[in-house]
Amino acid sequence: MNWLTNWSPSWQWFHRLGSPRWFYQTTGRWLPWLSLLTLVLLGTGLVWGLGFAPQDAKQGNSFRIIYLHVPASFLALAGYYIMAIAGAIGLIWKMKLSYMVMKSAAPIGAALTFLALFTGAVWGKPTWGTYWVWDARVTSMLILLFLYLGVLALQYAFHSNEAGNRASAILALVGTVNIPIIYKSVDWWYTLHQPATIKLTSAPSMHPDMFQPLLVMILGFYCFYAVTLCLYTRAEILRRERKSSWVKELVVKGQKS
Amino acid sequence: MSSGFTDYLCRDLLLAYRRPGEAASPLVFFIMVCTLVPLGITPESARLAEIAPGIIWVMALLATLLSTDSLFASDYQDGSLEQLLISPQMLSMPVLGKITAHWMVTGLPLTLASPVLGVMLSLPAQGYMPMVASLALGTGCLSLIGAVGAALTVSLRKGGLLLSLLVMPLYMPVIIFGSATVQSAIDGFAWSGPLAILGAMLAAAIALCPIAAAGALRLTSIN
Repeated sequence: MNWLTNWSPSWQWFHRLGSPRWFYQTTGRWLPWLSLLTLVLLGTGLVWGLGFAPQDAKQGNSFRIIYLHVPASFLALAGYYIMAIAGAIGLIWKMKLSYMVMKSAAPIGAALTFLALFTGAVWGKPTWGTYWVWDARVTSMLILLFLYLGVLALQYAFHSNEAGNRASAILALVGTVNIPIIYKSVDWWYTLHQPATIKLTSAPSMHPDMFQPLLVMILGFYCFYAVTLCLYTRAEILRRERKSSWVKELVVKGQKS
Repeated sequence: MSSGFTDYLCRDLLLAYRRPGEAASPLVFFIMVCTLVPLGITPESARLAEIAPGIIWVMALLATLLSTDSLFASDYQDGSLEQLLISPQMLSMPVLGKITAHWMVTGLPLTLASPVLGVMLSLPAQGYMPMVASLALGTGCLSLIGAVGAALTVSLRKGGLLLSLLVMPLYMPVIIFGSATVQSAIDGFAWSGPLAILGAMLAAAIALCPIAAAGALRLTSIN
């Protein structure tokens, strides 16, 4: 690998990305802008979606929960892949930073999965008449929550950070292989056991007036996710690098100002 | 065979033979827990027949899960796991040998005992063949997937409970198709479809799980 890094300057960014200090400083510059963008997007999306989008013909106002439910489910799934890819990068290139990203992605993803399940249940009560249905999608989201919790539990079970990182990275990767299998099999199981009383998949295609705020909300949630991930990772960097000189300098500077 | 598969298979089978009490406990657990079901739900045979496939499958899963914990534990404690790790062989073949031995000691007896439990839970007659076939394939999957979890938690002092948390979500596809095989046979449909998918899962698990388990052993048990 040595010749590769010497030979090609295009790899430099990748190695710089591996330095926690560089990440901390760069995200420190980006964070205010990203947070502002998140606030604007979420604010616009929420006001537009909750206040101005037309009512649904059958569900009335209760459909408006999709402006939280759909983006949360999106990010819950995407977050798992972000976590697994970060873990894989950590395993392959032994990069400290990507383990920190992986560790930070787990609680955020678990919280978003829970939010998706919770908002689904709240919406289910007036619409389906029950908080919980063993629907294929609901069940696979629940299993996703279990996968997140497993990664979290494994991470904290090890005394040494290193071993915990590697173990949870492997588990995240095994989970990635399993997610499509779990999804397909739960789908099969549902169609096998019950007649399709409720179909989430074949929802009528949305009117643009309803869809545009949703799109804004999804974008806003992506930005929100990025902000939260940065904040978590920065906290993790400070915790793990607390003995390094640049963190000490930072603390001293913070106390003076 | 130089790959170490047969050596570790024979070694683990011999170890299990020398400690028959330990090896028999999953089977005893399986039978005892299935006895609790009529006591807890109903002794009425019509209702038992309805839930029998699911109950037998869930209990087989729990029995396998209980025994997975010990897959690498004794080797880790007496240091022979470390010897295996520094040996020049490809690690996944010995690991596959150990997993096969684990299946022969737990999954196979469970499969063979399941018709007796089927009788006790008044499983309909057409369900027996699919149940034995699906359990034979399915418990193999369970042992293989469980081995990854066992390898991840082997160096932890209290890994047992954590192991079940990690492995349970990965078990769900297996139980879905396992009980679907039996259920569709009872309902009078062709049961080869879900069984074939179970077989496909087993094939994929044989190919992938030993590699993942070997990687996990290498990365987490050397600190």
